[in-house]
Amino acid sequence: MGGKTLFDKVWESHVIDSSLEKPLLFIDLHLIHEVTSPQAFSKLKEHGRSVRRPDLTFATADHNVPTKDRDNIRDLLAKKQVEFLVDNCKEQGITVYDLDHEDNGIVHIIGPELGLTTPGKTIVCGDSHTSTHGAFGSLAFGIGSSEITHVLATQTLPQSKPRTMNIHLNGTVPEGVTAKDIILKIIGEIGTNGGTGYVVEFTGEAVTNMSMEERMTICNMILEAGARSGMIAPDEKTFDYLKNKRFTPTDEDWEIAVRNWKQLYTDPDATYDQSITIDINELTPQVTWGTNPGQVVSINHTIPDPDIHQETSKRNAAKTALEYMELEALTNISNVNIDKAFIGSCTNARIEDLRSAAKVVKGYKVKPGIQALVVPGSYHIKRKAEKEGLDQIFKKAGFEWRDPGCSMCPGMNPDMAKPGERVASTSNRNFEGRQGKGAQTHLVSPAMAAAAAITGHFTNVQNWNYKDRGDQENAAIS
Amino acid sequence: MQPFRKLDGKVTPIYQDDIDTDIIVPTEFIKRIERTGFDQYLMYYWRYDEHGKEYRDFPLNQKEYKGAPILLTGANFGCGSSRENAVWALYDFGFRAILAPSFADIFKNNCQNNGLLPIELEQGVIDELYQRTQEESLFLTIDLENNIISDRNQITLPIHIDPKTRHKFLEGLDDIDLTLSVEKEITDFENRRPFYMDPIKK
Repeated sequence: MGGKTLFDKVWESHVIDSSLEKPLLFIDLHLIHEVTSPQAFSKLKEHGRSVRRPDLTFATADHNVPTKDRDNIRDLLAKKQVEFLVDNCKEQGITVYDLDHEDNGIVHIIGPELGLTTPGKTIVCGDSHTSTHGAFGSLAFGIGSSEITHVLATQTLPQSKPRTMNIHLNGTVPEGVTAKDIILKIIGEIGTNGGTGYVVEFTGEAVTNMSMEERMTICNMILEAGARSGMIAPDEKTFDYLKNKRFTPTDEDWEIAVRNWKQLYTDPDATYDQSITIDINELTPQVTWGTNPGQVVSINHTIPDPDIHQETSKRNAAKTALEYMELEALTNISNVNIDKAFIGSCTNARIEDLRSAAKVVKGYKVKPGIQALVVPGSYHIKRKAEKEGLDQIFKKAGFEWRDPGCSMCPGMNPDMAKPGERVASTSNRNFEGRQGKGAQTHLVSPAMAAAAAITGHFTNVQNWNYKDRGDQENAAIS
Repeated sequence: MQPFRKLDGKVTPIYQDDIDTDIIVPTEFIKRIERTGFDQYLMYYWRYDEHGKEYRDFPLNQKEYKGAPILLTGANFGCGSSRENAVWALYDFGFRAILAPSFADIFKNNCQNNGLLPIELEQGVIDELYQRTQEESLFLTIDLENNIISDRNQITLPIHIDPKTRHKFLEGLDDIDLTLSVEKEITDFENRRPFYMDPIKK
């Protein structure tokens, strides 16, 4: 008998029944937000059902909320969605972190931050980037509204069993290269459907060396390669991150939990359905050029020619993308000028992301004519960043410092780009119209977005002249 | 969910890989709390220019495809956001089946929860069917009871579908009712979960 993978262990410990259409999984944590839950609540009520486990359900408002002047949501549809969420949660006894709550933030940021996300759990949310939580060794995936209703009503979900894939990162991460560049490279290599039907476990020394924030960034975006989710085996870093969080166990209970969580790893004799090794020793910062995250190049390269593709449908997709992006094949990506820079989203709005952007920004100014936003992922992160003085660095350079929310990522709140505006964005999707109709999105790391805001075009941060003047700078600010 | 047994109809080709759910229903239109009415926003940016005028050459705007219930498209259809609005929009517009080389996972689940049948066919087969739509009007019969797709020239293609999913489509079954048939197992499972799997209220 072969051993078990991390995925097998979590999956098998959650299957309640195998006789139905698909295996029935128990769901340990259900996160909800204002945009995908309204229809789910309505359907629940239409059938006279109620929420089975409000104690395992937590809600936040993040997608359509403004990141400034939050007291008054001027978009009436958005306002209605937020009110509907709050009313539904109150009625069903669900904890909700609404706009003015001190714990409010992006759903995939507050889950781990509050210690709701812990190893070995099954976690779902009506949002595709739920894969983020897999960084803690949980099995976490996005679901549709019908499935939300199902989980609300039964705390279970029928799911076909995914296959397993191992992505092994070989080598050490070069200076100036981040988790964001690694995941963009992976999507570029395996393609936007290379992971379809799989749960991906990331392994390798580079993964072991990553912080929890970096692990969350790669798990967050593996979904863009089509994977159902990403997972990383929990280790001491995971436990350190979770210790003393709001909802994690304490004292002896904590010891018991950790002892159990330590069993969550892939056995040496286990096999995956597919294994891929990606070498990162020579990796450089990545910039997307097209309209899906797999259309990506190194900052040192040119935009590829669509005619390299044999298949009609692929060639059509590349041509349509260039047309939409108003870019020519074979242009150096570093010659592309931007109009806006956005640092935020469930991919890159954590404290480490803000620190790495601030390091680039310190001592510089945003290029005139460029609008640059920094949107912390939660109030918790915002307060922490302000304590460290990061807000001052950004504001002094001409960045806007906002309240938490999804902001410019989904293009469904006041933070949007206009048609033809080009954005250096730390979010996860460069789809057509994603940041507003006609908006042209390039996905990059926080440091790369910061550098582009300053120079006005994509710039390799590996050659950046950091002006970190330590205490002097801080003295000058105060 | 409405049962799906047999479907006869014309094929609308929108042949490109990686058509994401932001294209199927742009984000600005999902700020609604209703489940219906999304057909008016289906592929909105591909259907209308900035003044709301129709692009004449886009298939969804062409008279010859009006009411066609089968969509033919490229690989990884429905990738991106989990929004079920994408499926509601396609269904309300009149689509009942989609033929593609592959579908994104969450989108496929959403289809299966709304009676919209996603059928995966090999890339070569999809290519051939697409070529035919460029030469003539293509009519297909999707016979789920016999697991066969056929056309008027007697060409037949097998449908590869998980038997339990097929049963769900044929009978129009509701997942929640199925799940509640094993409610005792759910309760038993809840009773044996370790304490640290619950959020600890301090």
